[in-house]
Amino acid sequence: MKILVAISNVPDTTAKISFANGDSEFNAAGVTFIINPYDEWYALVRALELKEAGKATQVTLIHVGLVDSEATIRKGLALGADDAVRINAEGPDAFFVAEQIAKYSKDNAYELVLVGKETINYNGSSVGGMIGGLTDWAYVSLATKLDFNGTTATIEHDIDGGTQVVECGLPMVVSCAKGMAEQRIPNMRGIMAARTKPITVVEPTGNDKLTSIKSFELSKGRTECKFIDENNVEQLVNLLHTEAKVI
Amino acid sequence: MSVLIYTEINKGKVKKASLECVNYGAKIAQSMGTTATAVVFNADAAQLEEIGKAGASKILSVKNDKLTGADNTILTAAVEQLAKAEGSKVIVFAFDVVGKAVAPRLSGKLKAGLVAGAVDYPVVSGSTLEVKKNVFSGKATAIYTINSDVKIISLLPNSFPVVLGENKASVADTSVDLSAVVSRITVKEIKSSSSGTTVPLPEADLVVSAGRGMKGPENWGMVEDLANALGATTACSRPVADMHWRPHHEHVGQTGIAIRPNLYIAIGISGAIQHLAGVNGSKTIVVINSDKEAPFFKSADYGIIGDAFTILPKLTEAIKKLKANSN
Ligand SMILES: Cc1cc2nc3c(=O)[nH]c(=O)nc-3n(C[C@H](O)[C@H](O)[C@H](O)COP(=O)(O)OP(=O)(O)OC[C@H]3O[C@@H](n4cnc5c(N)ncnc54)[C@H](O)[C@@H]3O)c2cc1C
Ligand SMILES: Nc1ncnc2c1ncn2[C@@H]1O[C@H](COP(=O)(O)O)[C@@H](O)[C@H]1O
Repeated sequence: MKILVAISNVPDTTAKISFANGDSEFNAAGVTFIINPYDEWYALVRALELKEAGKATQVTLIHVGLVDSEATIRKGLALGADDAVRINAEGPDAFFVAEQIAKYSKDNAYELVLVGKETINYNGSSVGGMIGGLTDWAYVSLATKLDFNGTTATIEHDIDGGTQVVECGLPMVVSCAKGMAEQRIPNMRGIMAARTKPITVVEPTGNDKLTSIKSFELSKGRTECKFIDENNVEQLVNLLHTEAKVI
Repeated sequence: MSVLIYTEINKGKVKKASLECVNYGAKIAQSMGTTATAVVFNADAAQLEEIGKAGASKILSVKNDKLTGADNTILTAAVEQLAKAEGSKVIVFAFDVVGKAVAPRLSGKLKAGLVAGAVDYPVVSGSTLEVKKNVFSGKATAIYTINSDVKIISLLPNSFPVVLGENKASVADTSVDLSAVVSRITVKEIKSSSSGTTVPLPEADLVVSAGRGMKGPENWGMVEDLANALGATTACSRPVADMHWRPHHEHVGQTGIAIRPNLYIAIGISGAIQHLAGVNGSKTIVVINSDKEAPFFKSADYGIIGDAFTILPKLTEAIKKLKANSN
C-alpha cells in the first residue's frame, strides 16, 4: 500500500496576521510558514508509523502550491517521507486542490490518501471530502485512530456526541485529527537525507476555481476587560445576567 | 430552483444547528425570490412540525433504513438525488460533524463551490454569491465568492439564534433509490461521550473551561459544580487533555474544537494564541486567573484576578442563588 499525505503550507500558529493589496490578499512578508499541524503531527506521523510497522510501502507527500512552499515540503521529507510531489499552482480553492490530489492519486496507484482535519488558515475541513466525492472512494472524517489488518483499515473517528469504530477497505481518504499520533521532531540525519530526496513538480490539470476570496478583514478585538473583585462574585453573576444577558 | 436545506435528528430532536440552517436557508430563499425546501430523514410528526416552524415552505421527508447512520457515502447520495430532483441551486448544511463530511463530498460530486463555515448571510451579486467566513482560526474573516452554478454553504453553528414562527410547510413524503450505492464502511462500535445529558460542546451556549491552573484532575469537581449550576458544558485547554486530566473531546483551540458559545468562562487558562483561536468567537468571555498579567485578560469581557480554588465555590453558590430567585 502506497500512502499519499496531503500537506498544506500555513503561517506559523503565532504569526501576526495582516493583509495587503487593499485587503485582498494575505501579507506573507516576515511570516514563517510551517506544515499545517494536523497534516504533520497526525497524518504524516501516522503514515510513517504504518510504514515502519511494515503496513505501507511508501509515503509520498503531495502539496498544491508554488515554489516558495518547498522549504515546508523539505521539512516533511526530513521527518521521514520518501518523496514528494508539488502540483505547481496556487491554492487555496479547496475544490481545485482536491481535483489535483484526486487525479494524482488515481494516476499513480495510491490507495490511501491522508489529509489533515482542517487547515489553520482557511479552516475549510473540505479537501478530504471533496477528494472522496471526486474519486468515489470512501471518506472517513475526523479520525483519531487508524490501523490496518492487510488491506482493511480499522478507524476510530468522531461522530455527533461521541466516536465510532469502523472498518473500511481500500481505496479511501481519511482526515486525521488529534489522537492518531504524536508530534515528532526531525533529527539531523533526517534533515540531511531530505536534501537529496526528490520533489517532483507536476503541472496542474484544469483550472476550476469554484470559489475565490474577494477580501479579508481582521477580527475586532474586545473593547476592554471589566475587572471584578474576587470577593464580590455576585457582581459578576449580576453583570452576566443583566448586562451581558447570557445567563 | 429552491434552496435546499439538510436537517438532522439527534437524540429524538431536530438538531439546533439544523434549525439555524432552516432559518438561514429561508432567508436566502427570500432574497433570491425562491422557496426553502428542507430535507429530513426518518423524522416523526413533531420533528417535521419544528422544521416547518423554522421557516421551510416544503419538507422532503424520506423514510429509509439505510439513512440512519453517519455514513457520508449514503447520506451524500441521498442528498444528491433530492437536490437534482428539486433543481436546487443553493444547498445549505450545518458546519458540524456530518456537514463537514457530506457537504464537501457533495461538492466533489456536483462540482459545486463550497463555503465551509459561513458566519453571515450571503449577498447575491448577479449569478454569484458572496459569503463571509472565519479564516486564520478566527483571527480574521474573508468574503468568498462562489462562482459555480450550484452553490453549497455550510453554516457555522451558533452564528444566529433560532427563530420559530408559524408552521406553513407542506410535507412531501419522498423516496430515494439507494440500491446502487455501495458503501465500504462497516460500523463496528459506537461509543457515546460520557456526559449523556449535557449539550455537546460545539452546540453549547454556555461553556465552563479550565486549564493547567487547576493543578490536577482531582480538582475538577468544582469546575463541574459550576458547569452544573449553569447548565453548561465543560471544556479544557490542550495540555489538560494531553496529560489525560480530561478527555480529548473537551480540548478547545486551534488543534481542538472551535466553539462560539454565548458565554465562555476560562479558569486557570493563560490565553495562549492557539487557545484563543478556538474560543474568541464567543459572545461573552469571563477569565478567572491568579496572574493579573495573564494574556487572556486582553481578550476578556469580564475578569477576576484571584485563586480559582476559592473563587469557584463562591461563584457556584452565587449562580445557584440567581437561579433560585428567577424560578
Ligand atoms: C501548534 C500549536 C497548537 C496548539 N493548540 C492548542 C489548542 O488547540 N488549545 C490549547 O488550549 N492550547 C494549544 N496549544 C498550546 C498553547 O500554546 C498553550 O501552551 C496552552 O493553551 C496552555 O494551557 P493552559 O493555559 O491550560 O496552561 P498554562 O499556560 O500553564 O496556564 C495556566 C494558567 O493558570 C493560572 N493559574 C495557576 N494557578 C491558578 C489558580 N490557583 N487560580 C487561577 N489561575 C491559576 C496561571 O496564572 C496561568 O495563566 C497549541 C500550541 C501549539 C504550538
Ligand atoms: N494546497 C494544499 N496542498 C495539499 N494539501 C492540501 C492543501 N490545502 C489543503 N490540503 C489538505 O486538505 C486538508 C484540509 O484542508 P481544508 O479543507 O483547507 O481545511 C489539509 O489538512 C491538508 O491535508
